[in-house]
Amino acid sequence: MHVLVIGAGPSGTRCAERIAGHGGARVTLVGAEPALPYDRVSLSKLLLGAAPGALVTHDMPALERLGIRYLSGTAIASIDRAARAAFTAAGERLAYDRLVLATGSQAVRLPLPGAHLHGVVPYRDLADIGVMRRACRLGGPAVVIGGGLLGLEVAVALAGLGMEVTVLHAVGWPMERQLDREAGLLLTRYLESRGVRFVMPAKTAAVLGDGAAEAVLLGDGTKLPARLVVMSVGVRPEVSLARAAGLPVNRGILVDDAMRTEDPAVYAVGECAEHRGAVCGLVAPAFAQAEAAAAAIRGEAAAYVPRTDAAALKVSGVSVWSAGEIAATDAESIVRRDEGLGHYRRLLLRDGRLVGAVLYGDTADAGLYFDLIISGRPVSAFRGALALGGAFLPGNGMADDLKDAA
Amino acid sequence: MDGSQPVAAATRTTCPYCGVGCGVLARPANGADFRDGTLIAGDPAHPANGGRLCSKGTALGETVGLEGRLLHPEVRGRRASWAAALDAVAEGFRRARAERGPEGVALYVSGQLLTEDYYAANKFAKGFLGTANIDSNSRLCMASAVAGHRRAFGEDIVPGIYEDLEQADLVVLVGSNLAWCHPVVFQRLVAAKAARPGMRVVVIDPRRTATCEGADLHLPLRPGSDVALFNALLLHLHDSGRADPAWVAANTTGLDAALAAARADAAGAAPTGLDPADLATFLDWFAATPRTVTLWSQGTNQSSAGADKVNAIINCHLLTGRIGRPGMGPFSITGQPNAMGGREVGALANMLAGHLEWDRPDEAALLRGYWGAPNLATTPGMKAVEMFRALAAGKLGALWVMATNPAVSLPEAEGVREALARAPFLVVSDCTRESDTADLAHVRLPALAWGEKSGTVTNSERVISRQRGFLPWPGDARPDWWIVAQVARRLGWGEAFAWTGPADLFREHAALTGLGRAAGPHGGGAAHRLFDISGLAALSDAGYDAMPPTRWPCPAGTGGGLAGDPLAGTVAEVAPAARAVPAGPVLPAATGTSLDGVVAVSVLAAPAASATAPRAVPLAVPLATTPGGRRAPTPRSAAAAAPTAPFGAPAAPGGGRLLAQGPARFVPTPFRAPRNATSAEYPLALLTGRVRDQWHTMTRTGLAPRLMAHIPEPFLAIHPEGAAAIPGGLAEGSLARLASRFGEGVLRVRLDPGQGRGSVFVPMHWTDRFAPRGRVNPAVNAEVDPVSGQPELKHTPVRVEPWRARWHGFLLARTRLGTDLADWTAALPVAAPPSADCVWRHELAGEDAPEAAFERLRAPLAVPGSCWLTLEDPAGGLFRAVLLREARLEAVLFLGTEPALPPREWLAGLFAAAAIDGPTRAALLAGRLADGPPPSPLVCVCNGVSVAAIEAACAKGARSVDAVGAATRAGTSCGSCRPEISRMLAAMAVPA
Repeated sequence: MHVLVIGAGPSGTRCAERIAGHGGARVTLVGAEPALPYDRVSLSKLLLGAAPGALVTHDMPALERLGIRYLSGTAIASIDRAARAAFTAAGERLAYDRLVLATGSQAVRLPLPGAHLHGVVPYRDLADIGVMRRACRLGGPAVVIGGGLLGLEVAVALAGLGMEVTVLHAVGWPMERQLDREAGLLLTRYLESRGVRFVMPAKTAAVLGDGAAEAVLLGDGTKLPARLVVMSVGVRPEVSLARAAGLPVNRGILVDDAMRTEDPAVYAVGECAEHRGAVCGLVAPAFAQAEAAAAAIRGEAAAYVPRTDAAALKVSGVSVWSAGEIAATDAESIVRRDEGLGHYRRLLLRDGRLVGAVLYGDTADAGLYFDLIISGRPVSAFRGALALGGAFLPGNGMADDLKDAA
Repeated sequence: MDGSQPVAAATRTTCPYCGVGCGVLARPANGADFRDGTLIAGDPAHPANGGRLCSKGTALGETVGLEGRLLHPEVRGRRASWAAALDAVAEGFRRARAERGPEGVALYVSGQLLTEDYYAANKFAKGFLGTANIDSNSRLCMASAVAGHRRAFGEDIVPGIYEDLEQADLVVLVGSNLAWCHPVVFQRLVAAKAARPGMRVVVIDPRRTATCEGADLHLPLRPGSDVALFNALLLHLHDSGRADPAWVAANTTGLDAALAAARADAAGAAPTGLDPADLATFLDWFAATPRTVTLWSQGTNQSSAGADKVNAIINCHLLTGRIGRPGMGPFSITGQPNAMGGREVGALANMLAGHLEWDRPDEAALLRGYWGAPNLATTPGMKAVEMFRALAAGKLGALWVMATNPAVSLPEAEGVREALARAPFLVVSDCTRESDTADLAHVRLPALAWGEKSGTVTNSERVISRQRGFLPWPGDARPDWWIVAQVARRLGWGEAFAWTGPADLFREHAALTGLGRAAGPHGGGAAHRLFDISGLAALSDAGYDAMPPTRWPCPAGTGGGLAGDPLAGTVAEVAPAARAVPAGPVLPAATGTSLDGVVAVSVLAAPAASATAPRAVPLAVPLATTPGGRRAPTPRSAAAAAPTAPFGAPAAPGGGRLLAQGPARFVPTPFRAPRNATSAEYPLALLTGRVRDQWHTMTRTGLAPRLMAHIPEPFLAIHPEGAAAIPGGLAEGSLARLASRFGEGVLRVRLDPGQGRGSVFVPMHWTDRFAPRGRVNPAVNAEVDPVSGQPELKHTPVRVEPWRARWHGFLLARTRLGTDLADWTAALPVAAPPSADCVWRHELAGEDAPEAAFERLRAPLAVPGSCWLTLEDPAGGLFRAVLLREARLEAVLFLGTEPALPPREWLAGLFAAAAIDGPTRAALLAGRLADGPPPSPLVCVCNGVSVAAIEAACAKGARSVDAVGAATRAGTSCGSCRPEISRMLAAMAVPA
């Protein structure tokens, strides 16, 4: 059996790794970038000067040992499902018995006037990093559009490299999908202390410049000088191949619990897949999907079970962690703060159960809360001690707090 | 300490708390002066305590700071010179007296005053203002005992001495939580019982108090039913042939009427509600035990039938002739350090002075002449409750309150407070600025406090002891007698108030007690007064300074040897001459003469005869100076060797006791139920009283953190079944509203199986300064005994219901933040100034939204450079905040919707930490370290031993109070906590 995996990102590579060598399966892994499979999550390290090889997860000998045929710098142009074959841009035919689509996502480029100017880049791949590093050598003002995790990561890196960085964010606080307002503002204050300016909420109107970016124009008329403009405003599932191949596509490629598309020979994993209406954006569920698809292809009963998202993030030295429903307006909140240390945590409860948590500064109890969120265990009996952390919960010498909660 | 080290001389003085009157040695902590604090020890040579002190006395050194003191005169809220303040007082009284006559002015004074101060105030009022409107807070304490004594003995006589308790075979404690209220006497009793296990102790009290630990029988009678019990006892003694007919015939009158009255009570002992078997046991024990002492205190006195209760008790002792002999007698123990002194100088509205009586006109004339006071009041004045009703009714134009806090301590206190607030002219002289009454005064006069003032006090066994000053006079503070004299001088009576010092006053007082003696027993009633200390009237200043504890009577010719002994230092010594005075009879041996109903009483030196004459013998063991300069207790002679050597002939076993030898009077005491009966609307009887480590309105004990630790909040004790029967139920630790027809209070619930099912107990200590809603006296009825005028503090019909606070909490801070923080607040010091780590604990509860309260309470706490740690769970009703500045704890605020909150002790202890470390910081909002044992409340405040430590000792095999003491030191100092340890042991005992 020959399995073709299109996309050498984390989920595609993981899937290939789990299939190769099982039951005599042969695996071909195809990557569009001219590089070995690398850890995209750690791109910012490269920006900060890490050697390009440092992010590589599988070098050629390792791939060979696994029995994976790896084709780098190879863009796939089309798929012929009836013929069970894919065709590279160069016209090469790659036949398959099973096809895994792991095409990932594309960075969104805002359709702004001036978005095409030199010095305006997304933050997605190795090439983007190259543009940024060149800009940093000249120094000067930079604007990062988008205050999500990646945007902040690149902003801090750029500031560390001497750029005068301003982050523009459409919402009142950064990382609003992972952080509540208070944690977001704590993060803002912290990053400001690291030299990053914020304009929030901000509406970007245009990038101004003559050939190369010179400034960013805001909706309110403010002009922010910028030699480098990084767009980090989200990603869009890369589904063009699948759509062209006639596979059902919504936001992502529709799959069942085994990560199989409508075509039993074709699977989709990672950011390009849409499972039960959800498209994942983090590496952990992408890996889980890859495992599920690999098992199914190996002929085992397999099902991907979506897990509650947990985002453990390290932003420039600050530990941040969140999981579950962090914006649920019908949930009860327990908030704990240490202003002096800049620690903050919010726990969200519904019906006596933990449904979400945001930890800022001290994430030591993340495991405890994650366990409580995904297990749905009742917490009413020790609610009073819940925000104090594991050391204070029953069984850890805090039995009397049960009385407080009772 | 090395014996070669010089030790600073101790000042020998007397404790300012209860009526036991313990001797105290005060030493400077640094060995030289008192700037670095005061070391307190019991005086081994004092006859009352033989070196023991209770928890309150032991903590005296913590209460002599200047925190909260009134240090300068104030007129209408502004600091004034003494001249201006005294002018204002004189003018206020002059005007009120001019406008309304002598009856339009009044003084309300205190058992905290020294005898000399008391004397000055009484002379000022009765002799010169011309009004007997001077009453004392002793009215609340032992007026019924006084009335009972006067009815039975014709004079206010306590026949017995403490030694009787040790020599008795049966001690009956009536309405006395001796273990908590008179701990040193209780410890003497416990020690005696341990030495003689055959001795029996019976406690008669509606509550099972700490005093019941180790007692042989507890009779939980219904509140106010004592008379029915003692009437039943009288009949039982009579009917079972236990009367001593010969003695009764020779020494008493009125038996038939008393028996008839007792028989007329058809219900007999039924009103007591006692188990018949228990009752029978008590009757049999009493009947069978000649050496019986019946000791009573406020549970007896504070009643609308208080005087009858006292006489019902005395009747039983008269019937059996058990009085005035070793190990026998009725014994009133007083609550205040100098209630007895006040009685002696007559500073009560219905007494004259020196046991002289209005209804014996020759005595009033004697006093008028002695004082040179033509305007001497001619009739008794208003007693306390009456006085404040008159104030409320606008009948008083000027009132002077000395050293007491009637806004808190009187029944129906809200009305008293309003009356004080509306008083046309209110003067308060006190050592504290922090009293609810002082807040309302027009003129505030700073008086000296304990440790500063100098004079005498008399304890419950008639021993006069010196209180000596050892601290400098702070600010402008002055002795009370000086203040009185200065006002008198301004009113034109300077000559009669020209004392040079307390010794001068004492001599005048002592001489007064000898008035009319020369006339002889038939020359007038005055001659029959047993109270006679004229033997001390010639004391020199030095002799007064050195006066050892001396039991009265001390008639002329017996104590003169105390005079003229110039002695160095402050240690009392007695010249050999004191014992060289020839013995001479005080009164003729046969004094059984009744003059128009006047009951003659005489000294009995020996049980069977009075031939042995008493003489003055010092009761203290003088301190001898050793060659190294160290003073150590050394008996001066065999006669003075025993610390408890009684007044009178030391060799005589009956010495020092007084016996009604002329006809003492039986008083008929028909049973009367408490004035206000319980009802469907107010089904419970409220009893008020003291707790172990507090004193009165806490102006002094409230300064000592360790005394606040035992019981930090005002509480209501109720039987668990009674609590369960209340609609909505009352949970341990919740708050309850107590309401009567008169007022209300809100108190912490303590479920106590020792509480009677029909009654509740609330301590009377808390004030506006400590817990405004925890004041109980607004709810207490102001019914009084028709004879003694003492209010019925031990029976008010009340209703108790849950007080539904929306939140409970506590706030720890480095300063006292007041008592208006929340709807219910109780403030107490945890570590007091001048400690750098001063911490105040505020227990809180509120009816407002907890979120709002949390914000409101936090807002004023933040200071520059500080940061908060917070935990907020609005839906769960939990709010906690900790304020840090540079890693030091500044404040802690915990709120919750339930009363149960983490213990305060660990958090409070962290205020002393120079820097809060990481693990501690992480635990602050939990209120304890993650792996630490929960802090545990203190039981032994002297040695800082907690419940947990005692439980641990028990777990390791300690099975007795002494074994616990050996393991933990608990109960080994003052012993006040020994009953509690005993109860803990009993509760932990596992059946084999």
